[in-house]
Amino acid sequence: MELKPAIELRNITKTFGSVVANKNVNLTVNYAEILSILGENGSGKTTLMNMISGIYYPDEGQISINGEEVVISSPKDAFNYKIGMIHQHFKLVDVFSATENIILGLKGKGRYNPKDAAIKIKEISDKYGFEIDPSKKIHEMSVSEKQTVEIIKVLYRGADILILDEPTAVLTPQETQKLFAILRKMKEDGKAIIIITHKLHEVLSLSDRVAVLRKGEYIGTVNTTATSETELTEMMVGKKISLNINRSEPIGAEDRLVVNDLECINREGVKILDDISFTAKAGEILGIAGIAGSGQRELLEAIAGLQKVQFGEIIYNDPKTGKSENLKDKTPLQIRELGVRLSFVPEDRLGMGLVGNMDIIDNMMLRSYRKGKSIFLERKSPKDLAQHIIEDLEVVTPGATTPVRRLSGGNVQKVLVGREIAASPTVLMAAYPVRGLDINSSYTIYNLLNAQKEKGVAVIFVGEDLDVLIELCDRIMVIGGGRVTGIVDGRNVTKEEIGLLMTKSHGGEQND
Amino acid sequence: MSFALLVTFIQQAIRLSSTLLLGSTGEIITEKSGNLNLGTPGIMASGAISGIVGAYFYTSSSLTFNPVISILITILCSIVGSLLITLIYCFLTITLKTNQNVTGLALTTFGVGISNFIGSLINQQMGGTSVAAFPEIGKAYRTPLPFAENLGVFGDIFLSYGFMTYLAIIIAVAAGFVITKTRIGLNLRSVGENPATADAAGVNVSRYKYVATLIGGAVSGLGGLYYVMDFAAANWQNNILDQFGWLSVALVIFAVWRPNFAILGSIVFGALYVIGSFLLNLGPKDQELLKILPYVVTILVLVFISMRDKKENQPPESLGLSYFREER
Repeated sequence: MELKPAIELRNITKTFGSVVANKNVNLTVNYAEILSILGENGSGKTTLMNMISGIYYPDEGQISINGEEVVISSPKDAFNYKIGMIHQHFKLVDVFSATENIILGLKGKGRYNPKDAAIKIKEISDKYGFEIDPSKKIHEMSVSEKQTVEIIKVLYRGADILILDEPTAVLTPQETQKLFAILRKMKEDGKAIIIITHKLHEVLSLSDRVAVLRKGEYIGTVNTTATSETELTEMMVGKKISLNINRSEPIGAEDRLVVNDLECINREGVKILDDISFTAKAGEILGIAGIAGSGQRELLEAIAGLQKVQFGEIIYNDPKTGKSENLKDKTPLQIRELGVRLSFVPEDRLGMGLVGNMDIIDNMMLRSYRKGKSIFLERKSPKDLAQHIIEDLEVVTPGATTPVRRLSGGNVQKVLVGREIAASPTVLMAAYPVRGLDINSSYTIYNLLNAQKEKGVAVIFVGEDLDVLIELCDRIMVIGGGRVTGIVDGRNVTKEEIGLLMTKSHGGEQND
Repeated sequence: MSFALLVTFIQQAIRLSSTLLLGSTGEIITEKSGNLNLGTPGIMASGAISGIVGAYFYTSSSLTFNPVISILITILCSIVGSLLITLIYCFLTITLKTNQNVTGLALTTFGVGISNFIGSLINQQMGGTSVAAFPEIGKAYRTPLPFAENLGVFGDIFLSYGFMTYLAIIIAVAAGFVITKTRIGLNLRSVGENPATADAAGVNVSRYKYVATLIGGAVSGLGGLYYVMDFAAANWQNNILDQFGWLSVALVIFAVWRPNFAILGSIVFGALYVIGSFLLNLGPKDQELLKILPYVVTILVLVFISMRDKKENQPPESLGLSYFREER
């Protein structure tokens, strides 16, 4: 079949403040073709697609559709150009039926007839092989059914260019196979399909071409038939960069935290952690690598007592008493008392750690108010602590009484990590502590973690940047799809090895 | 209770129910757009006093009295009054995105207060000896259906009311139809459930919120008008409507956000409210105690629907929340 370009992107650049999300990206998608966009987290895949679907507007560069240069400034424009995007988070009304969601917002007769719409939905379903009950309510549906509704919604509106943002992240392997069959049918029907993913085996089995992004930059496009997992991994993770982070030898590494056969099930009933076993030692930094959403968050929360544990045990060896205790049966407060500290930096920094409208002193007090004896708050020691953190960690702030939300991201993180360290923990867990930070702030955080390690704290560091993990951590545990895919020595591992471990997650379960 | 007394009891319950039905139908329309308007008592008081203002100017003008024109003028005045006060709520909560609870409560205080002020003013203008009263207009509102008297008990129970009782039921049924069966209703519900999704699907969220809240306010205001004109026979009394305003808000929950259920619910509420005066051996304090029954029933309904946990019976998901389009 003759290739006819659907969308062409030329020199697309997008920055958010000082962060460059996309830099000079060039991309072409043809009709009757499936293009995968591959990249690590934060490589700018979703930002790029949001520019095509009208949610963001590019700072520089041109977008052409069917050979004509266009301006897409709203989702409505995108829809008029027959572009449909299926977001990772579904935009559906829970109490509506599938039909109602699909026809929502469309023009037509005043009194709608769900049966007429259902007939058209049936036509689309038959054509591509969807299985759907148009009268079923969204809140009664499984995740895969909801995704089906989203796809039909886009097709019902006549989309010819479909963008799917990590569609398989929420699906079981069987559902994934079904989805792929449907996507192949759409391709035969002449539609242009873009699929964002970071699962290599899916890329290889489904797409015609693969475009790779790394840290916002466009690395290149290759034909799937002419490439291999190794080549794609190399394109994705890039060459090793030396960072010169200090790393001391671990001393007196006794087992501090022993996790055995841990299993957790999330709210949707999906197994989010499966058979996780590892040991965190005192005086070393254990890195955790993996694609976002592979269970890192749940693992840390399970240890901190915030996530219900279905099965398995978390043994904590108390250095003070020498006793071993199972954290599984303890409340978050009891776990904190033992000295296990979680400095979790969630997607929005303030979400789980700090209260944005409160000043630095009050945020210090969030951890200490229980110690007070009088009915009045004791503000002296939190104030000293706040001053101490501001000076030691060079927090840029007008003063200790400034609301935390007015600080920049890096300074917020310094306050958060500083507070957790001040409690002299025995286990310190830090998730993405350097996300969004500039180089200098990042190094401040690395030094803090190293200082804790030298004090004999068992540090667990969840990171995104493989270069950092390799230079900072003594050992690196790689998890994929809620399972441990490998534990490697940080001193003699390569990025490619970790990259392959990260992406092999579901590979074993699927037969493709 | 004798049979005649039972018939009177039913009649009283149905009479009162029309106020509650209009009040809560208006509030349901409003809440379907995700706006929790706790200003309903104030809006109902405003709708009532605006009708009284219309009645005052009409009866004190040199025009010869015509019952139909008196009804049309009072209804028109009532609607304009309710719309003006509801517009304040809309502008604050939708355009300026203020907190809906605070705004609504402030509106109730404001609406009740200004109605009392105007009511006292008219009372003073009319001689100041008694309450403001317009007996001819009251009679016009209370004219029963023409053939009611010839049909015995059936006529007494079903046909003996003024036209607004039937209007209230028609409005409730029509609102139910629009909400569940039309595209406008579908879009409206999506705005109340998940405005971000509605926005993405091309529904103008602010416009739907404005229009639904204004229509809802006008309908609630008619509930207030019905109360003074029909139930109270065109006698204005200060501070009488806020309790029915709160009962209407409670009825929304009792009717699980369905105008059709509100028809029956309003009669149940009306019956519970008036039953005290029919139990003859009750003293005044016990009668007052019985008037809390509708609220007790509402709490029971809340307990029941939260136990059943059925999604369809829950309030609109983003009820009470302002919608900010994601600024990115």
